[in-house]
Amino acid sequence: MTKRSDGRKNNELRPMTAKVGVIPNADGSAMFSFGKTIAIAAVYGPRLLHPQHMQNPSKGILRCNYDLLSFSVSDRKRPGPSRRSQEISKVTEWALSPVIDLNQFPNTVIDVQIYILQADAGTRTAGINAASLALAHAGIPMRDLVCSLAAGKLDKELIIDLTKEEEDFKEGEGATDFALAKVANSDEFTLLQMDGKIQPALVSELTVLAAEVCKQIYEVQKKALKEAVTSHSTKEDKKKK
Amino acid sequence: MSSMEISNISKEKLRKLFSEKKRFDGRDLLEFRDIKLSYEVSNKAEGSARVTIGKTDVVVGVKLAPGEPYPDSLDKGNLMVSGDLLPLASPRFESGPPDFQGIELPRLVDRAIRESGMINLEDLVITKGEKVWTIFIDVYPINDDGNLIDAATIAAIAALKKTKLPVLDKNGNIDFEKPAKESLSISKETFPLSFSFYKLGDSIILDPTREEEEACDARITFGISLWSKQHVLNSCQKAGFETFTQEEIDKIMSVIAEKYDELNQKIKNYL
Repeated sequence: MTKRSDGRKNNELRPMTAKVGVIPNADGSAMFSFGKTIAIAAVYGPRLLHPQHMQNPSKGILRCNYDLLSFSVSDRKRPGPSRRSQEISKVTEWALSPVIDLNQFPNTVIDVQIYILQADAGTRTAGINAASLALAHAGIPMRDLVCSLAAGKLDKELIIDLTKEEEDFKEGEGATDFALAKVANSDEFTLLQMDGKIQPALVSELTVLAAEVCKQIYEVQKKALKEAVTSHSTKEDKKKK
Repeated sequence: MSSMEISNISKEKLRKLFSEKKRFDGRDLLEFRDIKLSYEVSNKAEGSARVTIGKTDVVVGVKLAPGEPYPDSLDKGNLMVSGDLLPLASPRFESGPPDFQGIELPRLVDRAIRESGMINLEDLVITKGEKVWTIFIDVYPINDDGNLIDAATIAAIAALKKTKLPVLDKNGNIDFEKPAKESLSISKETFPLSFSFYKLGDSIILDPTREEEEACDARITFGISLWSKQHVLNSCQKAGFETFTQEEIDKIMSVIAEKYDELNQKIKNYL
C-alpha cells in the first residue's frame, strides 16, 4: 500500500472549513475549503435576465461562473475565462441545477459566482460545495444540498480527496482523478468528471466509497448553515433589546 | 442538451418508446447505427479520416508542425485538439465564437486520446529542449445527426493511425516537396474510443440521432481504451440537468467493455 504523503487514510478527507455569509452584498454567499484549497461563492438573484431574448418564460436559469484568481496557482493564471474555466462553469451548473426548483422563477436568472483563492487540487469540488451553501443561504428553494469531492486512484489504491502532489503521481497505473458531486440524501450523482486510468468495475466501487464520505461534507455544510442562522438571530435579538 | 428545444409531445413519445426498449429506427437501446470510415479527405493533411455514423458525418485532419516545447514540458511534444461546429453541418450551428458544445467536443476528444497514452509525447522531440512536433487534430462535423463526440473520436483515432511525419530540411522547416514516409509513432494496443450514454426518463441509450439527443435530459461520456490487455476508462464527463444514480452507473460499467470490443472490431475492418 502506498502511503499518502500527508499521512491520511485512503478514505480520509483533508480538514474542511465552511462559513456562510462571507459576502454581505450577495443574496447568499459561502466559503468552503479542503485543506489548502479555498473557494468562495456568491449568489445574486433570482433577478430579471437581460438581454430579454435569453429569458425562459417557463422557468428560471441557473448561470454559474467559476474561475481561479490569478495568484491562486504557482504559475500566475492569466485573468479572464479560459476553456478550462468555461467547462468547469458549465459542469458546475449541471451539478447544481438538479436540486434547484427553477420552475418558480420564470424569466429570471440565478447567478452563482465561484472564485478560487488558493488552489491545491479539488478546486471545482470545493467550489460546488461553497455554491451549494451560498444557494441555500440565498433562500433558493432546493430539494437537498449538493456535496462534492474528488475521488481517485493512485496506482491500484482507491483514495479520496487528492492533493496536487497526488494528482501528479506517475508510478504503476498512475493517478486517476474523479470529480464527483452527489445529492446529499439520495444516491444520485450530479457531477462525474474523470481523467486517468481506471477499470470499469472500480468506478462503481469508487462512487460507493465517495457517497459514504459525502456524508461528512454534508455535516460540515449543515453546521455552517445553522451557524449563520444562529448568529443572525442573536444579532436580531440584540437589536430588539 | 441543446440550444433548440424539442417539443414536449415528441419528448414524451420518445420517453415512452425507450421505456418499451424500442426506437423509431428499430435499433436496440445500446445499438450503434452503421459506421463507415474512409481516408484521405485531404492530401495536404499529414493524416485524415472521415467517419459516418448513420447520417452523422465528421471529418478530422491531422497537421504536424515543428515548434518550441512548453516551458513546463521541455522533453515532450504537444497535442492540440480543436474543432469548429460549422454552420455547414446543421441549421443549429451558427458562425462566430464557439458556444459550449463547440468548446466541449474537442476537449472530450483530446482527453480520450491524451489520457489513454496512445501518443507518447516524448517521442515527438526533435531537439531536446528546443524543438518538438506539435500534433494538431482538427475536428469538423459535415452533417450533424447526433452523437458527434463518439464519431469525432473514431475519426481522430483513424486519422492518427494514418499520419506520416513530414521531412525536415536543413533549416529545420518542413520540406513539403519530399514525400513523408515515416509513420507517427503511436501505440497499436490502446485504441481509445468514446461512448456517450444518453438518459431519458429511466432509459439509457447509445448513439442517439439528433432528435433523440435533444429529447434526452443527461449524457455521460466515457473515453475507454486497452491498457496491458485490460479495459480502462481514461476520461469521463457528465452533462445535462439530470442525475445518474448509482444503479445507472453500475449498469453502464457492466456493459461498456463489451460495447468497446464490438465497436473496436467494426472499426478495425477499415484499418
